[in-house]
Amino acid sequence: MTAMQSPAAPTAARWRAIVTDPIFIAAAVAVAIVLVGQLVSPGFGAYSQVVGMVRVASFLGIMAIGQTIVILSGGDGIDLSVGKTATLGAIVAARIMDGSDSRLLLGILVPVLVGAVIGLVNGLGIAYLRIPPFVMTLGMTGVVAGIALAYTGGAAAGRSAPALTGLVNNRGLFDVPGVVYVWIVLIVAVTWLLRRSVAGWNIYAVGSNRVAANLSGVPVRRNVIMAYVASSVFACLGGILLLGYTESVFLNLADSYTLPTVAAVIIGGTLASGGVGGYLGTAIGALVLTFLTSLLSTMNMPESWRTITSGVVLLVLLGMYGRQRKLRT
Amino acid sequence: MTTPPQTTVGAIRDGSWQRYLTFSLSTWVTIGLLIVVTALNVALQPTFFTTYSLTSNFATFAPLVFAAVAQAVVVIGGGLDLSIGSIVALASVVALTVMDGEPSRVAIGVLAAIVTGVIAGAINGFIVGVIRLQPLIATFATNSVFAGAALVVLPKPGGMVPSTMTTGYRSLVIGIPVSVLIVVLAIVLYWLLSRTRLMRHIRAVGGDRSAAFASLVPVVRVQMASYIVAGAFAGLAALAILANTGSGDPFVGSSMALDSIAAVVLGGIALAGGRGSGIGAVAGAIILAMVSTVLSFMGVPTTWRQLASGVIIVAAIALSVVMSRKDQR
Repeated sequence: MTAMQSPAAPTAARWRAIVTDPIFIAAAVAVAIVLVGQLVSPGFGAYSQVVGMVRVASFLGIMAIGQTIVILSGGDGIDLSVGKTATLGAIVAARIMDGSDSRLLLGILVPVLVGAVIGLVNGLGIAYLRIPPFVMTLGMTGVVAGIALAYTGGAAAGRSAPALTGLVNNRGLFDVPGVVYVWIVLIVAVTWLLRRSVAGWNIYAVGSNRVAANLSGVPVRRNVIMAYVASSVFACLGGILLLGYTESVFLNLADSYTLPTVAAVIIGGTLASGGVGGYLGTAIGALVLTFLTSLLSTMNMPESWRTITSGVVLLVLLGMYGRQRKLRT
Repeated sequence: MTTPPQTTVGAIRDGSWQRYLTFSLSTWVTIGLLIVVTALNVALQPTFFTTYSLTSNFATFAPLVFAAVAQAVVVIGGGLDLSIGSIVALASVVALTVMDGEPSRVAIGVLAAIVTGVIAGAINGFIVGVIRLQPLIATFATNSVFAGAALVVLPKPGGMVPSTMTTGYRSLVIGIPVSVLIVVLAIVLYWLLSRTRLMRHIRAVGGDRSAAFASLVPVVRVQMASYIVAGAFAGLAALAILANTGSGDPFVGSSMALDSIAAVVLGGIALAGGRGSGIGAVAGAIILAMVSTVLSFMGVPTTWRQLASGVIIVAAIALSVVMSRKDQR
């Protein structure tokens, strides 16, 4: 498998570089989970089963796009409001669509705009008032939850548009549902934007050294704000797709996605301190987390042991490459 | 006050009474917020200072107060503990199971809760200090481990807390409600802790790890110790919850990690570490709890209450952060 990734005759150092690359480790872990699953319960590694898991992973993966950008932008960047924002996005979308395809476009645009406003508030607080991102986005979680409660009056109504549900649930080309294609397009687009566009390079510049970025004429504040806007927008997008999956909404639909998005980013090898990493790793991180959850539930493990195991696996995975530097170097 | 808040402690001779009235700007913000919410509470609820009302108010505050002190110790040490809530849950179900409703076993139950907290804290400290994982993601992972363990101990809510504990918690000692005394106990415990060499080391590590290391502070051991102390305080929070609710719940404390962080920030403790006091965190926890009481007495409709409290908390956090930055200048 590794020979394919390095056509030139690899030296020992190159082998080492490939094998210790977080993306490689994460991908290997994902494959290993599927293999173990196939051994434990035959059929786990079947094509349709894996496609089904990738479909479930796409919601987490798309919500984690923004988290990747925010963490890359450095300055202890993190967005703890993605889960609640995704929930609000789904709630607004369900209200507007209300089971009709004619309002599909409006039902996507309005929640995305709502998301942009939430991200803007986060970004302004972090860039101008210099509130630590952790605290600002944590505070916004309460505000967004309040908006969702006030907007729905405690009972969420509305339904997903049939076209949206079809995109998520109906299998298309190669028996793969449309949402997975949407995710693949986003993986390519986001990776390309981060690596090859000025906006992407600016995010890396701001993430690795704010002072240097500022002195080089990179508008630091504007980039930080844009990162948080992107985060909330992708969170809403993920929430809308999740709505397609569940068809109706409830008040805590996507709340539990927040910390998994952070975990996916870190498993994917993006440094928590910013400036190093990319979205491909995050996408694989989302696959690892989703495969792991499915494996544990296939093994008929009670919920308690499932939570314990997923915590321990996360720790082991991070212990392999997420360690910080020693004090004495 | 005659002492201007900007005066540094060093400018006033040691032993002078003015030393005790000299606070940093961010402490004044915390005190100001505390006075405002208390005044509003008294204005809206004239019975606030009756022993009955004090008993029930402080009975609900106490668990968060201890969790906030726990979080404060870790944050001052430059870390973060997202697992506080599930440590509280785990310690509470362990203590409940150990006591089994027998009034004679209360002492063993108290011990069990604290020991459980200490063990959980030691695991966190080991992972953050020795294995050197990012505190945020490491404690997120241990959070699932402890939450799962709590479910193993007590699969569903239930059980009986010995009646001596629940009635004792709501009784009076020489006219003072026990719940008030327990909050005072949290303050006294932190005050005692702050006079030890350990807490000075924790503060030094939180302020500047490399400088602390160069000054022969055993950084790794101190970091571990900060999580262990936090675990012990989480154990006390668990006891307060048991005494307040009278039964066990493995899901209790799910919102406590984030609430305790909000309390710490409201208490003027910098998330970067090294600055602030656990007593501020106690004030922060009380502010946080009283905001919701004030809103309910103001007659804000239930569906709007969360939004209102969210906005107030974000504003208070912004104020606190902006003011604590002025301290640094």
